[in-house]
Amino acid sequence: MQRYILGRVVQAVITIWFVSVIVFALARLTGNPLDVILPVEATKEQYEAMAAKLGLDKPLPVQYGIFFMNAVQGDLGESLRFHRPALEVVLGRLPATLELGVLAFLVSLAIAIPVGVYAARHRGTSLDGVARGVAILGQSVPHFWTGIILILIFAVWLRLLPASGKGGIQHFILPAVTLGSVMAAGIMRLTRSAMLDVLGSEYIKLARAKGVRESIVLWKHAFKNAALPVLTFSAVMFVRILTGSIVTETVFAWPGIGRLVVEAVSYRDFPVIQTVVMLMSAMYIAGNLTTDILYAYVNPKIRYRK
Amino acid sequence: MVGLAAAGRIPKSVSLFRQAIFGPLPTVSLLILFALIGIALSAGWIAPHSPVEGSLRLTMLPPVWMEGGNSDYLLGTDKFGRDVLSRLIYGARVSTSAAFLAIFVTAVFGTLIGLLAGYLGGRVDTVLMRLADIGLSMPGILIALILAVVLGPSFKNVVLIVLIVLWPHFARQVRGETLGVKEQDFVILARSMGVSSWTIMWRHIFPNVMPSLLVLATLDVGYVVILEATLAFLGVGIPPPNPSWGVMIAEGREYLETAWWISVFPGVAIGLTVFALNMTGDWVRDKLDPKLRQI
Repeated sequence: MQRYILGRVVQAVITIWFVSVIVFALARLTGNPLDVILPVEATKEQYEAMAAKLGLDKPLPVQYGIFFMNAVQGDLGESLRFHRPALEVVLGRLPATLELGVLAFLVSLAIAIPVGVYAARHRGTSLDGVARGVAILGQSVPHFWTGIILILIFAVWLRLLPASGKGGIQHFILPAVTLGSVMAAGIMRLTRSAMLDVLGSEYIKLARAKGVRESIVLWKHAFKNAALPVLTFSAVMFVRILTGSIVTETVFAWPGIGRLVVEAVSYRDFPVIQTVVMLMSAMYIAGNLTTDILYAYVNPKIRYRK
Repeated sequence: MVGLAAAGRIPKSVSLFRQAIFGPLPTVSLLILFALIGIALSAGWIAPHSPVEGSLRLTMLPPVWMEGGNSDYLLGTDKFGRDVLSRLIYGARVSTSAAFLAIFVTAVFGTLIGLLAGYLGGRVDTVLMRLADIGLSMPGILIALILAVVLGPSFKNVVLIVLIVLWPHFARQVRGETLGVKEQDFVILARSMGVSSWTIMWRHIFPNVMPSLLVLATLDVGYVVILEATLAFLGVGIPPPNPSWGVMIAEGREYLETAWWISVFPGVAIGLTVFALNMTGDWVRDKLDPKLRQI
């Protein structure tokens, strides 16, 4: 078990390092950073002085070394748009993304788990079919479009909720439902199949034979065990919500890092893009790692392989 | 005919075939897909108007069934007076050609890597599969964004992004199957007769991994259609004035108050396409290889 975890951690670290190499290489491909920093009328001497100052006159591997050491210390350059350290800009936007992400996560659980349990209990009925059909349809449309349809219905036609921005609690509803819908279909299908497995087992039959009330059988006896795969999967789901926030924040003009990175793309603000990519990749990789470890913890087959 | 099948006089495989062709859902999905491909191929003939040129006197016309609708423009027009229906029709061409080309290129590359890793084994295998693991553990949409900044938005780069994001899927699947196939007698025999590695991989192993490759490709096309639309929506996909469905949704977003039809119809088109692709993919998987229900 420890060997397995150690192996996965090493692999995660290598992956993060690899992302840093890609980010560095792509930054160099976008053109000479001096062209952005210095004014057009700068002399050759100014160019060389700035190059020496930033270490751009050194060979590429050395430059990568400098980039890496700076990155480890939290220095990822200065935003070309805000003229502040890129990390500071990104961290300032992070809370908005996390708030929305947590809420979306809760929304998706609140929708998906009852529906999944219910669909499993009434397997094969038309309600089960409708639930599964809606789940498949939900996975077939891009969720930025789901967001736009929600805006159209609740903000434009019914005038119940604000269409964009961040403010009171009512501003959270549409983005959280949109982002939550990214994962709701997956969680619902997972819950349904986990419940089907559990409901077929002997101890459930015994509980029913004893005359335990159906709601207690479902939620206390069965769901307790069926929740395990759903919980194991939750780290992966959070990670997907994180990347899904890029699109959702753009649709709802939500002031988080997702919208920041899309704006940075149009401003060609490369330090900010680099920082968001590094930060999100790190969270993404950490989320996947957590899932792998949780999964190995509950599933000995994985733990003892190799 | 139904009676014959029920009486067991038709072999089971035939009744399965009948079910597959005439069963309710795959029929609908296959019809949608055939219609889509037909529309994409014949866009030039069936589109009533140009997809990129509009009439500035007829901007933001509502669909024909609403008040003020014009029967020349069945689904209305956008802010430049371009016909929404014609743009949807040409959009089918843009979206399907991008998705199919991207999946084809990705499948070819991934298969090659998977065959090499699985057949040669050893260090080649370790290096290639570590790369695939790294690829799988990076957030695809971010890599796509950063590439789009570096390379600029274009049709070619959308294909390249899909290749970079999805090749590990194919490589891992093919490698796994290759490991199984290469231990079989006919491969060992071919090798002992001195057949070259390339010939063994191409003539003996590849045909055996083909079915699962097909399944994976069908299941992934739907994802690529959505990815392409998302990139276009974020402004880093196939650039305007090409009528990509994602671009259309993005363009209509500002006009939800006055002209909801600009954004709504392309989303419906994407939903129908991906739904049909997913249902067909599931169906191909179940028919071709029930072992693959996990992917």
